[in-house]
Amino acid sequence: MGIMFLSGGAMTTVQDAGRRGYQRYGLGASGAVDVHAYVYANILVGNTHNEAVIEATILGPTIEFTSNSVIAITGGDLSPMLNRQPFPMYRAVQVQKGDVLSFGAPMSGCRAYISFAGGLAITPIMGSRSTYIKANLGGYEGRKLEKGDEIAFRKPYACPPNLKWRVMEPDVFPGHYTVRVLMGPQDDRFTKEGIDTFLNSTYTVTNDFDRMGYRLSGPKIRHVTDGNIITDGIAFGAIQVPDGGEPIIMLSDRQTTGGYAKIASVINVDMPMIAQCKAGDTIRFVKTDIDTAQDEFIAQKAKYQALCQQFDTGIIPPPPHPEPFEPEEALYRLMEDGKMYDVTISRIE
Amino acid sequence: MKYPQIQITGDTSVAVVFGDEISEDINTKIRAFDKALNDEQIVGIYETVPTYCALTIHYAPEVIRYRELRDKLEAMLSQSHKIQKMNTIVMEIPVLYGGEYGPDLEYVAKHNNLTPEEVIRRHSGAEYLIYMLGFTPGFSYMGGMDESIATPRLKTPRVLIPAGSVGIAGKQTGIYPIDSPGGWQLIGRTPVRLYDANRDTPILLDAGLHVKFIPIDEQEFQRITSRIEQGRYHCHTYVKEDA
Repeated sequence: MGIMFLSGGAMTTVQDAGRRGYQRYGLGASGAVDVHAYVYANILVGNTHNEAVIEATILGPTIEFTSNSVIAITGGDLSPMLNRQPFPMYRAVQVQKGDVLSFGAPMSGCRAYISFAGGLAITPIMGSRSTYIKANLGGYEGRKLEKGDEIAFRKPYACPPNLKWRVMEPDVFPGHYTVRVLMGPQDDRFTKEGIDTFLNSTYTVTNDFDRMGYRLSGPKIRHVTDGNIITDGIAFGAIQVPDGGEPIIMLSDRQTTGGYAKIASVINVDMPMIAQCKAGDTIRFVKTDIDTAQDEFIAQKAKYQALCQQFDTGIIPPPPHPEPFEPEEALYRLMEDGKMYDVTISRIE
Repeated sequence: MKYPQIQITGDTSVAVVFGDEISEDINTKIRAFDKALNDEQIVGIYETVPTYCALTIHYAPEVIRYRELRDKLEAMLSQSHKIQKMNTIVMEIPVLYGGEYGPDLEYVAKHNNLTPEEVIRRHSGAEYLIYMLGFTPGFSYMGGMDESIATPRLKTPRVLIPAGSVGIAGKQTGIYPIDSPGGWQLIGRTPVRLYDANRDTPILLDAGLHVKFIPIDEQEFQRITSRIEQGRYHCHTYVKEDA
């Protein structure tokens, strides 16, 4: 037992952490586009980090639960509702058999992730449950989800520990972003003026955006000669600039190789901002270096680990740099002499 | 520019660039380095992607950081004597030329003032090097086609080209691994499945392999097809003699 789709939404697919090891054969990695929201969704419901989730895009699906579960929704705010009542995001919530999850108007961001405690019973293809629509492969019959599709849960119902503590600070998606990039590998194919244009302009997301890539419009970036290179590999976040001079950012369903010069690549920890962009949103690029990018990448992984531990034990580790205490109300769990205590602190002034 | 060169291609990947042209020599270097890297088993590398001039290496910075990886790669590149030359393997791919499976064979012949039989002879006479795979799952970028059978693409691409179709586009030849739209001149079809998600090796071909097309007739095509369905067909391979 699991979920049944009463409607599929605009572009709803099964995704996980992606397919590794097949890019050399021309097979894209796929996987969740907003990796951060995807990992958060799984952590909230107590899943391992590579469990399959549902990725909804702009217009979400309508899902009926055919058995009890614990779910969480992260990423863009597509106005989730349970039985027509607003449904909280970034929080693990129990749902009952017969409940209906639906979505309304997209409020912010572009993609929402729905995780289910125990995951989805999708047969992995080449080591991944991710859908790669272009090759009609993986996920649910290699395609987007539609009315009538049913997916069972992979494991029998089990509520993750400390359910009421499984809450996170929601990510916000204002629609205007500055993302950090590493220059290269073909930044030498652009004039100095071209590089300046790239780093000092605001680019707008066009209607041409999907899981494969985002075409941006804005000031043209000048090449030394032209935008063609001998075809080489493309990384997640790579920014190609074809002859026309307008950048294209490559995402999860990108082709594995390409023949356009790549001026830079967006660093992984900033890619969720791109993943949540939709037409009309704006992007600025700012230079960073490999050490900063990797420091943050590693810090983020450590944060995920700490969150898992916090949720599983219920103990909130002290922050490395204590911040002034300001919330109206806060819940804490303390351990004293091996016994657990729930403590609520309210501000009275 | 000095080669080989290590380039940052993102915060989780680097490329080792071996040159700036399409050549068999560069391809051989990339293949040998890829093999050496695979043998070295550097923890943190999870995927390598060979292309015409470079090997892209995807890695996990939480396991190995850029500077450490770069040092290891540089050390390997400086010990090039340890990077062994490998045998060149040729895989034979049976092809039924012409007829309904190769609707453009006549056109290719006419375009080059040849008979269809001569086009088949020249097309199946070469051993093609697979420089890289890309574009769609299992699509091979092959080099080495006899230019006397080169033919421009169709003016209007076909909406659906069946998997296994063998075509010519300009100076290139290739095989469509999955059903897809396309504008190549179709001269034949192989019953061999280049891509099968449920097989142990889902993708049959790999960069560095050579391909030789073997003309077959309708009867042989059917025989191979039924053997493939039973999981009892394997393409013949042989070691290429050094020139």
